[in-house]
Amino acid sequence: MVPVASVDFTSQLLQYFANGVAKGSTYALMAVGYTLVYGVLQLINFAHAEVYMLGSHFAYYQAKWGGYLPDEPGAKPESVPILLVGAFIAIAMLACAAVGMLIERVAYRPLRNAGRLAPLITAIGVSLFLQYGGQVVFGTEPKLFPTFVETEVFEIGSVKIPNTNLLIVVTTFVLMLGLTLFVSKTRPGAAMRACSHDMRTAKLMGINVNATISLTFAIGSALAAVAGVLVAMDQPAITPLMGVRIGLKAFVAAVVGGIGSIPGAALGGLVLGVSESVVGGLWDTNYAEAVAFVFLIVVLLLKPSGLLGKATREKV
Amino acid sequence: MAKTVGLLLAGLVACYGLNWFLAEFIEVVYVDYLNLIGIAIVLAVGLNVINGLTGQFSLGHAGFMAIGAFVAGLVSIQLTYGEMSSGPLELAGLGTFLLSLLLAGLAAAVLGVVVGAPALRLKGDYLAIATLGFAEITRILLTAQDSLGGPTGIKRIPKMPLLPGTGAWDGGTSVFWIFLVVFTIVLFSARLQRSTYGRALIAIRENELAAETMGVRAARMKVMAFVYGAFFAGIAGGLYAHYQHSVRPDDFTSIRSIEVVVMLVLGGLGSITGAVLGAVAVTLVPQLLRPLEEQLQVNGLSMVVYALLLILMMIFRPQGIFGQRELSLKLFRRILPGGRK
Repeated sequence: MVPVASVDFTSQLLQYFANGVAKGSTYALMAVGYTLVYGVLQLINFAHAEVYMLGSHFAYYQAKWGGYLPDEPGAKPESVPILLVGAFIAIAMLACAAVGMLIERVAYRPLRNAGRLAPLITAIGVSLFLQYGGQVVFGTEPKLFPTFVETEVFEIGSVKIPNTNLLIVVTTFVLMLGLTLFVSKTRPGAAMRACSHDMRTAKLMGINVNATISLTFAIGSALAAVAGVLVAMDQPAITPLMGVRIGLKAFVAAVVGGIGSIPGAALGGLVLGVSESVVGGLWDTNYAEAVAFVFLIVVLLLKPSGLLGKATREKV
Repeated sequence: MAKTVGLLLAGLVACYGLNWFLAEFIEVVYVDYLNLIGIAIVLAVGLNVINGLTGQFSLGHAGFMAIGAFVAGLVSIQLTYGEMSSGPLELAGLGTFLLSLLLAGLAAAVLGVVVGAPALRLKGDYLAIATLGFAEITRILLTAQDSLGGPTGIKRIPKMPLLPGTGAWDGGTSVFWIFLVVFTIVLFSARLQRSTYGRALIAIRENELAAETMGVRAARMKVMAFVYGAFFAGIAGGLYAHYQHSVRPDDFTSIRSIEVVVMLVLGGLGSITGAVLGAVAVTLVPQLLRPLEEQLQVNGLSMVVYALLLILMMIFRPQGIFGQRELSLKLFRRILPGGRK
């Protein structure tokens, strides 16, 4: 994120807004994963945050084994051709999709008919398993993550936008658009909507429910991988516990936007990202942490189905 | 009533005996585990009234505990030293200690009303995420107070007051005080469960509309459940503050709230003995696995094994160890051969 020089209030505000849009985009990418899974299974998939963590680590090891990391700390990293960065991200997406499907198969499917609490606890179990398993496999030391691309800062008026932020926003926009088209225009997308609407009837209509749920996890996890790599490029280091905070915020974003709704997740993510950035910049970073939760409680009390959610009898 | 008073007196004597025995014979390290288990039991049994009996889903227990810990710590520091300063730890006076715990409980109970009342509009996961939000806001506001030490929190909270005959031991009287509260909350909760109030709470859990029709004031009872759980969580926080001598806002993250829910579900939601067993298991299992971790020199291994156990436990016994049943002599009689059904 960009530090703000002492300029007039409006341009400060615009700068924080721009920073917030980038931050909010990553929340949105993560929130989609929560919202898709919750829409189909009514499960808060706590492990989603750890899939995000794995995504960044997968990219890290590709870069490391490909010889694209600086040999000694402090050395200027080699810049990587943008196509290769795309390949890193694509492979991380595939790997994370596989992990997401595996988690669903092993930890959630056996409990599909066991009420709501038991899968929630296994989700917590999987989350802890990956956090600490990550510490065992990757080590507890933070890993310096290269930016990959040569950093450039674009200036629009007084607002500075680094190309990493631009990359985050554009990628998120394209992926969200693609996902919306996929869910609304294709047959597997229709199957996802049907399962989320009424799983029993969907099954009776001949939809392969298990495959659809696997697909849901695969898509959500792949998007989490993208978020993981993009955030890691923007921040100095990655750790096995990096998912905990963004995971909670992204879930809150999904609820604020209206859980089960893809545009809702995008809106929720952006609203939280921008308000956090503005409050943190103009007031106090401590209070910025609380903004998401204040939003959450206000929205839940005034419109429990979320900003863009449809009211259903069960939720209120 | 006379029976309850008698039981409480018996508990008082038993806790004193336990403290004396441990001081004489057991190493302080093991006593540390015991005390943390005690505090966990208070949290779990309290949350069981909200989540288990009433069927609400609170995921914000750490928030109540945080308020309790900070209130008790501040009251105790003010009354013992008069100001926040550095220096050796001192003992809190008996009156100071009890007052600080009472205020901790009351402050948390007030927060319980603040959280419980809006909770009436929400159900299930929505309630869970809202309570989690309240707890996080509490923690963040505590972190933002520079007068309360910001992220480093408050330090030099006085020790728990001594009792006759328990002077020269590092564990002090912690076991006595903590387990006295454990005994009290278990006794109260068991009594509550069988009282008209308890039945009303269970009726709300099973079918809120039917309960309302039968004359149960559901809204009031649901808030009462929150107040009950919050009050004891506040006291647990107070005990924690006096036991650890320092508290930081980050001692009370959402991870701790989640942990308490795990204790309940693991033991069997709605069962007091289940909550106790869950608290013991969740506190103790990672500690017992610690030697394995040190032997193999792999950081985080104990938590990996713990997480695996949790997943397997849920897959093979999703209703928890006890389900909604209680561990009691009756259950043993039923299981033993020739027992009555």
